Amino acid sequence: MDKRTTEAAVIAELRSGMTIGIGGWGSRRKPMSLVREILRSNLDNLTLVSYGGPDVGLLCAAGKVAKVVYGFVSLDSIPLEPHFRVARQTASVEAVELDEGMFQWGLYAAANRLPFLPTRAGLGSDVLKYNPQLKLVKSPYEDGEEFVAMPALELDVALIHMNRADESGNGQFLGPDFFFDDLFCLAAKRRFMSCERIVATRDLLAEGSLHTLKINRTMVDGVIEAPGGAHFTECPPDYGRDEGFQKEYAATAKDPEAWKEFKARYLDLASEAQYQKAVKAR
Amino acid sequence: MSHFTRAEACAIAIAETFRGDGEILISPIGNLPAIGARLAKLTFEPDLLLTDGVASIVATVQPVGGAKGPEPIVESWMPYRSVFDCVWSGRRHVMMGATQIDRFGNQNIACIGDYEQPKAQLLGMRGAPGNTLNHPTSYWVPKHSTKVFVEKVDVVSGVGYDRAAALGERASRFHEIRRVVSNLGVFDFGTPDHRMRLASVHAGVTVDEVVENTGFELAIDGKVPETRAPTDEELEILREVLDPNGFGAKEVKG
Repeated sequence: MDKRTTEAAVIAELRSGMTIGIGGWGSRRKPMSLVREILRSNLDNLTLVSYGGPDVGLLCAAGKVAKVVYGFVSLDSIPLEPHFRVARQTASVEAVELDEGMFQWGLYAAANRLPFLPTRAGLGSDVLKYNPQLKLVKSPYEDGEEFVAMPALELDVALIHMNRADESGNGQFLGPDFFFDDLFCLAAKRRFMSCERIVATRDLLAEGSLHTLKINRTMVDGVIEAPGGAHFTECPPDYGRDEGFQKEYAATAKDPEAWKEFKARYLDLASEAQYQKAVKAR
Repeated sequence: MSHFTRAEACAIAIAETFRGDGEILISPIGNLPAIGARLAKLTFEPDLLLTDGVASIVATVQPVGGAKGPEPIVESWMPYRSVFDCVWSGRRHVMMGATQIDRFGNQNIACIGDYEQPKAQLLGMRGAPGNTLNHPTSYWVPKHSTKVFVEKVDVVSGVGYDRAAALGERASRFHEIRRVVSNLGVFDFGTPDHRMRLASVHAGVTVDEVVENTGFELAIDGKVPETRAPTDEELEILREVLDPNGFGAKEVKG
């Protein structure tokens, strides 16, 4: 089945108030062309579920977000995501702050169609204090140990970015880490994968070993060819992080005028192609 | 014995934190933790597993900050998924930072002020809640002050001894806060109720200086020893092999 589509067609399918899972990790291999398409849309009141990076910061800064479910939000080379900090410090988004491992367990529970999975992570910490919806569960066996019953993080939509894919939705990561992108897809009702390049199925193994084919086509509903689609996050081996651009983005959190300029120059554009052109013209 | 810097004293104290760890994954967060862990691997703990900071376990010991070292030999793959598996299995010792820490080792890296509307949003919980209940955790504080060593942390990310004890013996059986190393000294929890104790002061630091910069009462048993000085061999490794560009001295002056 040919699942090729476009950013605009994917985002047109989404509705305000949806829960959107975003793959990648921090400022690494984020589906930024899809995030930019959300910025161009009328969507708002979104719940984001993310090992957060600039995806979270940008969507918060643009007023698209009601709630963020996260273990951290970071730009890696800039440890604290400044736009997310502003959102938190002005209480403009609701925060569900979890341990990173609880977050994984929540995705895994959703992926397995289970209501929860037990974990030791979270016990004794303030994760439980600030998330009173989290409940404990007692082992039914002799040990009788109590665990956090981490509820499934069910997603309406998952957005991920891969290095390569074929048109039927087989995805390939070529960098050092696949992060949790497979779990995001398995936890979601609708799954969209952008990629640096669509190749013929027969050429996938020429791009990387069998083990890099982490996403199979049962996990994907739409494929978008988006060269540079992870910019300004890193997407090795295709490209590294655009540190200069990231610095410029981060600096706009402290200065509303600079944010307005940044937005006009890079975000209030009609298409991803125009964004890529604006980046090249820097 | 040769003259050594405060950063070098810290590197030794950090390396000592990993003594006896054997064949487990060490996750040092920060420059001096990375230097200390690599020093331990090159000297008394050769079996430690260390990553390249991304997703490879590297059998060779590389210098910090991209300085020229041996050709790296990758021995295994450690993407985040495997790091988490390692956490659950307990075969890991992490050294994290702490924006705030209290006398029982409760650590905050989440936010300062009110959780609903923080004065300062920090990293987030990251892996601290799960780390502290699953395997040994240590902390590194490059700037010891009453702002960091506080009576009460604003948010508990990493779980300390009082809260672990409240969970009961079974739930807390993998909990261990091994040590806190700061630019002033080394702290452990070897007291009957696991209150933080001043284990040693670095050369040139007085006990009074530590007490003045700590926002709670530290346990102090008699005369506090000085942190072990680096040997000449260790100094040579630190200066010529691990940190030729002086990244440690950028984190801790003096």
